[in-house]
Amino acid sequence: MVELHGRILVVDDEQSVRESLREWFTKDDHEVETAADAQEALAKLQNRPGEWDVALVDIKMPGMDGMELQRHIRAQDPNVLVIMITAYAAVDTAVSALKAGAYDYVTKPFDPDLLSQLIRAALVERRAQREARGVVKRSHEDPGPEIIGRSHAMQEVYELIQTVAPTDSTVVIRGESGTGKELVARAIHARSKRRYFPLIPVNCGALAESILESELFGHERGAFTGAHYRRKGKLEMAHGGTLFLDEIGNIARKTQMDLLRVLETKQFTRLGGSEVVTVDFRVVCATNRNLERALQEGDFLEELYYRINVFTITLPALRERRGDIPLLVDHFVGKYAAVMSKPVEGVTPEALDRLMRHPWPGNVRELENAVERAMVVGEPPLLRVRDFSLRLNGGAAHVGDSLEDVELEHIRRVLHEQDWDITRSAQLLGINRVTLYNKIKKYGLRRA
Amino acid sequence: MGAICVMPFAGAETLALDAVARRVALLTSRPVHLTEPLRCAESAYDPSRDQYNSRHLLQLLHEARPTSAERIVGIASVDLFIPVLTFVFGEAQLDGSAAVVSSLRLDNRFYGLPADTARLETRLVTEVVHELGHTFGLRHCGASRCVMNRSTYVEEIDLKDESFCVQCASKVQPTDPARGL
Repeated sequence: MVELHGRILVVDDEQSVRESLREWFTKDDHEVETAADAQEALAKLQNRPGEWDVALVDIKMPGMDGMELQRHIRAQDPNVLVIMITAYAAVDTAVSALKAGAYDYVTKPFDPDLLSQLIRAALVERRAQREARGVVKRSHEDPGPEIIGRSHAMQEVYELIQTVAPTDSTVVIRGESGTGKELVARAIHARSKRRYFPLIPVNCGALAESILESELFGHERGAFTGAHYRRKGKLEMAHGGTLFLDEIGNIARKTQMDLLRVLETKQFTRLGGSEVVTVDFRVVCATNRNLERALQEGDFLEELYYRINVFTITLPALRERRGDIPLLVDHFVGKYAAVMSKPVEGVTPEALDRLMRHPWPGNVRELENAVERAMVVGEPPLLRVRDFSLRLNGGAAHVGDSLEDVELEHIRRVLHEQDWDITRSAQLLGINRVTLYNKIKKYGLRRA
Repeated sequence: MGAICVMPFAGAETLALDAVARRVALLTSRPVHLTEPLRCAESAYDPSRDQYNSRHLLQLLHEARPTSAERIVGIASVDLFIPVLTFVFGEAQLDGSAAVVSSLRLDNRFYGLPADTARLETRLVTEVVHELGHTFGLRHCGASRCVMNRSTYVEEIDLKDESFCVQCASKVQPTDPARGL
């Protein structure tokens, strides 16, 4: 979720309310000022005209009350969104305030989840106002998680992410375990219009059917013995944002039917409840299962398949993009060097050579774990072969089946046999020296 | 390097605090000492809400902090609030020395679900590290997996890691890592 930071004015005659909200919003990195009454509030607004995003105003205050203050604020700066604070007994007054132009109201004491959602929604609206006026540009925002790789296969993935992210289409991300499907889902979310709201992941494969149902739909108070509180499900948590259904190919048939109904209507009821909850989210799914085969075998509902199978992104296995391994290794070394405060600069050429030869059945996740482990046991400045606990036995490692894999292995072998004599190696390979240099660069080959 | 004192309030001793303290030590790269329970939390009780004011608990912790500790984190098993909110999982002094976390709303049983001690321990560690992060001056972080990501709903805690992201970690890491734990 992309964080939005705003300038918030809290107007309440109770000091404990002002202090609590100041600290609460400061921890969210908002700029907060407080005022004990209407006069102080108007003076603060006047000091920085046009700079305020949200004013939280208590309805009941001595002197000028919140209703009157709201009118003054709107006259002074119509763009400021006013949220009225009310005691439970004064909800009618709050409704009048809405009619008079307030953005929303909250009842004291606030539910932290509701307050958080309300402020986020208000700041999204302010952001949209500013974007429409050209005051801010999207390019300054966080582009989401960094996906590492320069291979042709990954370039295609980036293009697909860019294409589908701004649309609201459902996406299916396919790929072996550990290829980074969740990272791609997060990249899509971060580039979508829903980026200010959460991405909620649900690992469908890890949960038993009964638990998955409760996870998705939540339950009402009293739904079963001990259910003293209403509990939101993941569908509700994803409201406004993106629901990421990981391992969707592993859901039981009954839950598939329930899910299909929600995806079609965007409505559901919590377990043990009758109130219809309406939600608005985008769906991104991931699977390492062949959905078409599951469909043929009757394990996957045809309607659900067609509902989700709108746009597909297929992630390559790491063995299909070995040329990205040096980049990934550098990235993970840098990451763990910072986390562990350990001045490791990289890996030795021998270690990189071994890493390039490993089959990586667990893909990028396995590589990251291997680097993390090596960072723990290794010593700066370079990680050595012995720091990696992989069963690496050089040529015995499985070579991928793609042409690129075969080419990489062939070039590596010829270079090794010719002791990295570029001219002789190029002659034997039947290519010129420039082409060989380009291929060495492409595959990240280094002399051991 | 500043040590962290973990101090349970009466009633919270039954939690697996040894394990929590060990994990917090690893995650903050600081020595962590578990102390005897603090028994004077009743002054923070608000009968009109049947909850404990976390501000008052922070004050009690601040006063009880041993001189050998740079920071103190209290572990409670009662319901916490700050005046304007219905509840809080925990609270901390921003860039200060005291933090408090309650296990009550981190426990699945609070929501009518079967007990899950492993999950409770992980949630407790996550919230303790989160509140301690505030005492290091950290604000909420936009990285979804970072422990400093805001959680206003219990299952949001499960969506993040118990460790800091690279950027937040750089502000928490001790300057002399060689001295370690």
